[in-house]
Amino acid sequence: MELYVTEISKYVIAFLMFLYTLEAFVAFRWKTEKKRTGLYIRQIILMFAVQIACFIQIMARTGKPVYLFFFAFQIIAFSSVLLLFYVVYPDGNRLIINNSCMLMMIGLIMLTRLSYDRAVKQFFIIVASFVVGFIVPEIIFRFEFLKKFTWLYAVMGVVAIGIVLFLGAVTNGSKITYTIGGITLQPSEFVKILFLFFMAGALDSAENIWQIFLASVVAAIHVIILVLSKDLGSALIFFVVYLALIYISTENVGYLAIGLSFGALASVIAYKLFSHIQVRVQAWLDPFSDIESTGYQLSQSLFGISSGGWFGLGLYGGTPKSIPFVEQDFIFSAIAEEMGVIFAVLIALVCVSTFIEIMRLGYFLRDTYYRLVVCGIGVAYIFQTFLTIGGGSKFIPLTGVTLPFVSYGGSSVLVTIMMIMITQGIFMIRTDERYEAIERMKRRRENERRKEY
Amino acid sequence: MREEKNTNRRKIRSYPIIVLSVFYAVLFGAMLGYICYYSYSNRQTLMNNSFNTRQAILLAQNSRGKILSRDGEVLAYSQETEDGKEIRVYPYEKEFAHVVGYATNGKAGIEALANYYLINTNVELSEKVRLDAAGDKYPGDNVVSTLDVTLQEVAYNALSARKGAIVVSNPKTGEILAMVSKPDFDPNSIAQEWDSLLADKSTDAKLLNRATQGLYPPGSTFKIVTSLAYLKDHPTDYAGYRYTCSGSFSVGEDSISCYHGQVHGSLDLFTSFAESCNSSFANIGMGISEKAFSITLNDLMFGQDLPLDVLYSKSSVDYSADMSNADRMQLSIGQGTTSVTPMHMNMITCAVANDGILMKPCFFTQVKSEEGKVVENVSFEKYKRLMSSEESAVLKKMMEQVVQTGTASKLKGLSYSAAGKTGSAEFNSQSDSHAWFTGYAPAEDPEICVTIIVENAGSGGSYAVPIAKRIFDAYFGVE
Repeated sequence: MELYVTEISKYVIAFLMFLYTLEAFVAFRWKTEKKRTGLYIRQIILMFAVQIACFIQIMARTGKPVYLFFFAFQIIAFSSVLLLFYVVYPDGNRLIINNSCMLMMIGLIMLTRLSYDRAVKQFFIIVASFVVGFIVPEIIFRFEFLKKFTWLYAVMGVVAIGIVLFLGAVTNGSKITYTIGGITLQPSEFVKILFLFFMAGALDSAENIWQIFLASVVAAIHVIILVLSKDLGSALIFFVVYLALIYISTENVGYLAIGLSFGALASVIAYKLFSHIQVRVQAWLDPFSDIESTGYQLSQSLFGISSGGWFGLGLYGGTPKSIPFVEQDFIFSAIAEEMGVIFAVLIALVCVSTFIEIMRLGYFLRDTYYRLVVCGIGVAYIFQTFLTIGGGSKFIPLTGVTLPFVSYGGSSVLVTIMMIMITQGIFMIRTDERYEAIERMKRRRENERRKEY
Repeated sequence: MREEKNTNRRKIRSYPIIVLSVFYAVLFGAMLGYICYYSYSNRQTLMNNSFNTRQAILLAQNSRGKILSRDGEVLAYSQETEDGKEIRVYPYEKEFAHVVGYATNGKAGIEALANYYLINTNVELSEKVRLDAAGDKYPGDNVVSTLDVTLQEVAYNALSARKGAIVVSNPKTGEILAMVSKPDFDPNSIAQEWDSLLADKSTDAKLLNRATQGLYPPGSTFKIVTSLAYLKDHPTDYAGYRYTCSGSFSVGEDSISCYHGQVHGSLDLFTSFAESCNSSFANIGMGISEKAFSITLNDLMFGQDLPLDVLYSKSSVDYSADMSNADRMQLSIGQGTTSVTPMHMNMITCAVANDGILMKPCFFTQVKSEEGKVVENVSFEKYKRLMSSEESAVLKKMMEQVVQTGTASKLKGLSYSAAGKTGSAEFNSQSDSHAWFTGYAPAEDPEICVTIIVENAGSGGSYAVPIAKRIFDAYFGVE
């Protein structure tokens, strides 16, 4: 009986996830939120169906009643988030919220399987982040003056990551975290948001090439500090965001080319200077030749991805714990192993759907400042996803960043939820722009009519 | 009104956003495609890696599948002992020792090659439920090998107590029909004997599969290679080659003599080959251009990786433009520092027999679940062309003549027509030479390709050719 449940649920889960992902892309057929209402409801039903199917599988394999309560709490929490969001921000974008919740649910399922304690911790962080995050759209929408503190953001950002460089704790060879009052923070995550607002402000107000140059210097300081902290993943994300924003604000491919060649040159220099970068590149090219030390992580990750096959070994069916840092850096491999390569690919596609929706928002926005902020968020999100999935699957060298929403990690979850909430605030600004446009049109029509009389 | 709206739109919308979105969407498409491709096509090697802990899961859940011969006889199966341990049983004992291999104390042979299939299972879900209820393991998938029990038995017995190796294959498909290596071991008791097998410092090296890992001087079988190089140099006028053998050939102070001091008299390329005249081939070797020789060695995979999935040794040959005359002459007749594995020689012969094309050697053709459902069919793979079809036609003619008028005349006048090349490789002046034969039958449409080496036996014509005859007889059903 148990075997029937676990075997059949594998296919059911993959199928439900497929339907969800399909809806996440079908949504692009309609421009307005109103027309998507039915689709969103279907998505939410599928979301909970996936979660319940996974839960049944977990119960069939473990039979631990404590999971029952945990899942009940999860269902309550996520349905409240979805419902509250709909009530509080009827003008928000629900595709982004749905996708985020779907990814977080899958992350929690995988974490429950990997380490129950961490799953519970993650759950509380998610709930707390949403509680804080719920006011963010309103702040963005209301407080126009936030745009003015451009250089303050830069100073705060540089100081925060600078402190980590000089005082931070060394974890796995990198200085990434800083502990205040018992809470360990990863400042580079928070500085990401400051950096986005700084770049948007600096580039949006730039009138000549020198101002762009100045912004570039400040961006370079951020990146260099991160490289010196050996936080390569964050350094790359900052750099890529910088490039994307320069390109969007100037609409000049030349800047992009200059930036890219600078980046390439810097990579070569960094490769020559730092042995840990050489080690990573070597491990990427051939993880199996030094499988006992430098290639260990990546080979274990590849074993995980390939051993599950298309539909996976089922939750608790594999040994994803043999991958070091599986909850943070290799959660994608664990998902591929136990839930199947198809399911893992669908998750990546949900991330792509979220990204496209964010970029669409930027595209239709009139306010160029917020356009830069929202596109920066989109690029930061998708590039980080790319780094972690590509790094764990030998597509690119490993950099050790988290999969947003899915991986375990307090700072990562909090910051990603903040960024999503900022997009929601910006989405409301756009909706407002549209109302205004409609108003303007009405007024103009009325004026014309009056003239006729 | 509408126009105004349009211009307005053009101003606010930004194409870099579209560029970036498309770029990342395409990047993800490439990455996800790569992940699917990589994880699927490497699943076997990754699973077989000793650092992969997932193998232990499968071993705990499934019992190892069977290895079957091509007509379904069981060559290896797993059995549960009274104390619940799983042991591997090999009903033919020593006969298939090296080719089927072993699965304890590491893995070798087909046991290693098909490990992935043997430890996975594809029985029906309902059957799994039944086995679960009974507390039994799921039976792993069975692998249908290409081995032929009759041919293996004949080859095994024909080699008797001598050291050496035999490879029997199908040149059209690359299937390995039989593979023997002696001295051998009993895979049933390998766990108990392991330490003594490893400790054995004599020249026996029982665990070594001489067919694929044993490096031997090729002796006169190498004249196939020299002839091919000559054909590349003289594609049109090779038939005009003439040489008069006086029993030895000298350049300066260096000289080469024929086997047992024979004098062959007036020869052309075909008779030089058929009678295996060392003097004539030393002469041929001295005349071959450096380019033709190195291209030939390269094409025939000397010093290179072979398309072989089991453990093997790379054949080696020392060839350079500035090598001494003595070395060049030694090379041309397959003596000196040149060494090849019997399997490599078999592959070269297969390519000659198959119109110049080498098929990738394969050891199993099908994987079936215990219930008989086909899990996977292995298709025959063309590896590559080793020589042109014209060159292979000439070499075939030469090898036929070896049987008709030359050193392999024991294969002449049978109900089938054979072709091949003998060799008697001298490796030191004290002992008898290694007896070689590599050839195929029927000569007009080759179906079976045999390579034999018998260590310290004597001439190939006297000791290896009779073994080939027994194998051909068995294949063609001649009593």
